[in-house]
Amino acid sequence: MTNAAMPGTYLEEGSGPRAWLLTTDHKRVAWLYLISLTAFFFLGGAMAVLMRIELATPAGDLVSDDVYNRLFSLHGIIMVWFFLVPSIPATLGNFLLPLMIGARDLAFPRLNLVSWYVFIFGSLFALFAVVAGGVDTGWTFYTPLSTLYANGWVSTAAFGVFIVGFSTIMTGINFIVTVHMLRAPGLTWFRLPIFVWTLYATSLVMVLATPVLAASLILIVLERVFGIGIFNPDLGGDPLLFQDLFWFYSHPAVYIMILPGMGVVSEVLPCFSRRPLFGYKAVAMSSMAIAVFGFLVWGHHMFVSGQSAYAGVVFSFLSFCVAIPSAIKVFNWSLTLRKGEISFETPMLYALFFLALFTFGGLAGLFLASLAVDVHVHDTYFVIAHFHYIMVGGMVTAYMAGLHFWWPKLTGRMYSETSGRIAATVTFIGFNLTFFPQYVLGFDGMPRRYHTYPPEFQFWNVLSSAGAVVLAIGYLMPLFYLGWSLFRGARAVHNPWSATGLEWQTSSPPPPHNFETIPVVTRPAYDYDMKGLEHERFSPHREEAAG
Amino acid sequence: MSFGIPFFPQEASSEAGQIDALFYTLVAFSILLGLALSGLVVGYAVKYRIGSKADRTGKRSRSLPLEMSWTVASLVIAFVFFGWGATLFVRRDHPPADALEIIALGKQWMWEFRQPGGQREINELHVPIGKPVVVSLASQDVIHSFYVPAFRIKQDAVPGRTTHIWFIATEPGRYHLFCAQYCGTQHSQMGGWVTVMAPEQYAAWLNSQSEGETLAASGEKLFRALGCSGCHGASSKVRAPSLEDIFGRPVALDNQQTVIADERYLRDSILNPKKEIAAGYEPVMPSFDGLIDEGELQMLLAYLKSLSRLPKAGAKP
Repeated sequence: MTNAAMPGTYLEEGSGPRAWLLTTDHKRVAWLYLISLTAFFFLGGAMAVLMRIELATPAGDLVSDDVYNRLFSLHGIIMVWFFLVPSIPATLGNFLLPLMIGARDLAFPRLNLVSWYVFIFGSLFALFAVVAGGVDTGWTFYTPLSTLYANGWVSTAAFGVFIVGFSTIMTGINFIVTVHMLRAPGLTWFRLPIFVWTLYATSLVMVLATPVLAASLILIVLERVFGIGIFNPDLGGDPLLFQDLFWFYSHPAVYIMILPGMGVVSEVLPCFSRRPLFGYKAVAMSSMAIAVFGFLVWGHHMFVSGQSAYAGVVFSFLSFCVAIPSAIKVFNWSLTLRKGEISFETPMLYALFFLALFTFGGLAGLFLASLAVDVHVHDTYFVIAHFHYIMVGGMVTAYMAGLHFWWPKLTGRMYSETSGRIAATVTFIGFNLTFFPQYVLGFDGMPRRYHTYPPEFQFWNVLSSAGAVVLAIGYLMPLFYLGWSLFRGARAVHNPWSATGLEWQTSSPPPPHNFETIPVVTRPAYDYDMKGLEHERFSPHREEAAG
Repeated sequence: MSFGIPFFPQEASSEAGQIDALFYTLVAFSILLGLALSGLVVGYAVKYRIGSKADRTGKRSRSLPLEMSWTVASLVIAFVFFGWGATLFVRRDHPPADALEIIALGKQWMWEFRQPGGQREINELHVPIGKPVVVSLASQDVIHSFYVPAFRIKQDAVPGRTTHIWFIATEPGRYHLFCAQYCGTQHSQMGGWVTVMAPEQYAAWLNSQSEGETLAASGEKLFRALGCSGCHGASSKVRAPSLEDIFGRPVALDNQQTVIADERYLRDSILNPKKEIAAGYEPVMPSFDGLIDEGELQMLLAYLKSLSRLPKAGAKP
């Protein structure tokens, strides 16, 4: 068998900046995204660390209030739009979608490359706003603060986000068409891996919701630049209209962020349990249900905004409904472990930590969906804790699980298993130390976006800040051992985890067009009971042997 | 308070205990479900770890009865919590009829309050114990949010409209007042204290403050100074609708519709008079948008409301 060192993999197909920057190979575009997103992740993370250091004391002693407000605004803008939304779809999804469905590339390879350029252009546009003076509206751009009162470069940042939206839409369209048109012979919808299902659901939301964000941001720019009265009450506008428009996008966007993470975990748990995913159809359909219900719950961000109480009751009801498919998934993932042959390699550790953190983030969602409780904890640290449990504890942990799981496929190399397990555990401990105290802070009444706070809140803030340091170490570690592995890691065999799935049937790393011959699918996904997989099970995947 | 580390916030309003009952039930449910799931996952992880001798016969990767039962159970639990939370929430819309009305104005970055007797306070609010208090909120500039954690209440103050929140304070003391909606540079400084006093002390405190005129009295002066009375007054030559007893009454519009003359309608009629024209009148009134600020608008609204002969029902018509 050909191995990674030999010519003929996508990594050896031409080198130099031209070969990478003008590539239409989905695997190389995935790398372009991976590198840019990693840079944004650490940039946004550095801002979070600065904020946590500031919040270690009640007084505002490290940075001024204006600087603090710019820090959390940019932390949000960068993390949401330049990391979380594209994170798994544009990197792992880009790399794996064609491989998982037995295709030679995405349906529109050039569009895929264009989407990266649009992303870079838009995000640099927004970054320019940072360098030029910053934005202090929060990532939510609430009017009339953003249109009439905020100093800074609001229009520039909003326009940058607007541009990045087009890259999201392009990726979404590309994925939808690819899943519809390019599945290998025999790969019916109900034989698709759940990761493909979740990418498909995500893409639908991307294509349907992003234009609404684009419209709202353009309206902000119109009002700021041309003084057209849309949100300004003095000109006959309505400030709450902006919140309706913004959350009509931004709540579905939450599902853009978490669904692919659910997909990754649905791949990893069966592999390291040697069991088919429990309740495959329910998991697939619940992804679609989340995508649909996600569009109907935006008003739960506005229970105390002045929205009618009856609207509040309806949105609360629908928010409880959207909790059901998530609960179903958690039960299915847990039952997948039953009667398995469970081992605890790095991806599995991350996936189990995802399960715990996602569950505790999701349960906090029940508190927030309960109207009377939300009145108290809305706009407090309780909300911060809730969405960081979902977005960081859930999504980023799933992203790390996926990165470690498919790393051998991406690079043809293995990483240090010990380092991986340590990093996963450090991340888990650091995460809980950072964000659990914020639940307590929120219930005690500490509002979010506070540069200074009353001294009685200090105890929990200090815990949280200490946790942030541990968490930062947990996230920095992979940068080193994965970086090392990229150049010096042991060669990986084609299927180091003995996983099912078409992506594991081609070489690691794959050839430029993925498959020598297009595979024919005859079995369902996660067929871990299949004969023939067992003997590979104990092959030492860290060696160059087997294959 | 335990060892100076705050776990549980104070409960100082009639609603606080009931909201906390729901909150702690949710906590108990989360702990229970969390423990059950962790027990299950950790149990499986240990029992079925690779190489263990556990019995692995009878594997299943689907079970319709099991899946149906956890779906139905989740639905039932979700609906219970929904109903409980919603029941407590809809009370927000129905303040008791005899509530004391405080007028609040949020601006970057302070809260200004006006007691019913006209006493003015900045970043401090004094209220009596045991008496319903309704706070009518408006904003001079951006969205703010009136948040008293010890009362478990929060309501945004939105420019261009009036919003309401009510409570009955139950424990004397001083409690944090925060702005919960991010409002610009000094957002975290925008707050102060709510002081809850026994009714006698509250009355004494009111007397010790310089009286000031009531909001409605200021509004009446403004009503003349701005020339409103020139057209809307009884002896006016210009034909304009009389505003005597208009608040809370239905008004016929020239587009065949009828609206209730609530705060929203009166506010719009002052700032944007062409929007809804009373049937039978010429649209001759000029807009006062930009000529009066939010504080003055509150005075005018208070004056117009004081002309109402409807029985006072909290802040709502």
